[in-house]
Amino acid sequence: MSEAAERLQAFLQKTPYVQFLGMGAELAGDEMTAVLPFSPHLVGNPTIPAVHGGVLGAFLEMTAMAQLSVLQKLTRAPKTIDLTVEYLRPALSKTTYARAEVRKVGRRVANVHAEAWQETRASPVALLRCNFLLGPGEG
Amino acid sequence: MSDAADLPIDFIERMLQSPQCASLNLQLVSVGPARVAVRLPWREELAGDPDTGVIAGGAVTTLLDHVCGLAVGATSSEGTRSSTLDLRIDYMRAAAPRADVTGEAHCYRITHNIAFVRGQACDGDPADPIATAQGVFVLAPASAS
Repeated sequence: MSEAAERLQAFLQKTPYVQFLGMGAELAGDEMTAVLPFSPHLVGNPTIPAVHGGVLGAFLEMTAMAQLSVLQKLTRAPKTIDLTVEYLRPALSKTTYARAEVRKVGRRVANVHAEAWQETRASPVALLRCNFLLGPGEG
Repeated sequence: MSDAADLPIDFIERMLQSPQCASLNLQLVSVGPARVAVRLPWREELAGDPDTGVIAGGAVTTLLDHVCGLAVGATSSEGTRSSTLDLRIDYMRAAAPRADVTGEAHCYRITHNIAFVRGQACDGDPADPIATAQGVFVLAPASAS
């Protein structure tokens, strides 16, 4: 297992909330795809049924953090400074995937964009823009 | 002043019964005109960092998304359905370890199609929130006029 893959697995396995969502990730080289299998406890709207919007936002935020863990060794978990989620389509009772792109990593702040989709990558269900505080020190 | 009988209490309670809400164990704190407060009880499973026991940002995101949607719901006596279009969250600080988090939201403007909402999440003092939220919701077609 590569060092990046080890860091990714460590992040996924040590974060209780990642386990709560049931989220996993696959790594091909340095390209990570996060996977959120459909599960009844994720449903926000039982009539459609659709995955809760908050869960999608949370999944995207965790995907962004996982991508940061792939990119570099983190001395501590990145702290979310702010995030914006845009909802494009309902996420139906299917597996949801996400990929994150790290736009900038500075000494203190990282900017990450992420995108979630289900069957068609070109038809995303939600988009994320996020800033994280890195490294030691007070938040 | 609005009569409590005008508030869609049953609607709000039904909206808190979705599987994700039940699995987070979200508890209704209060309902007012276009205002709702909900508590997310802390538990180990929701921690973002097992070393500190601080609740995951993702759980707070779901709480804020949901309470903002409920505030839209509380704008009419029969309850208004909506979907999140855009949600922005600023995290001021980490929650206290093992602390319950309360989310509150106010729908301050509603048009035929769109609702604008502000919210915040606190682990104690409402004057010292852990996060603030700004959301835009699109009303369900049946609710739009």
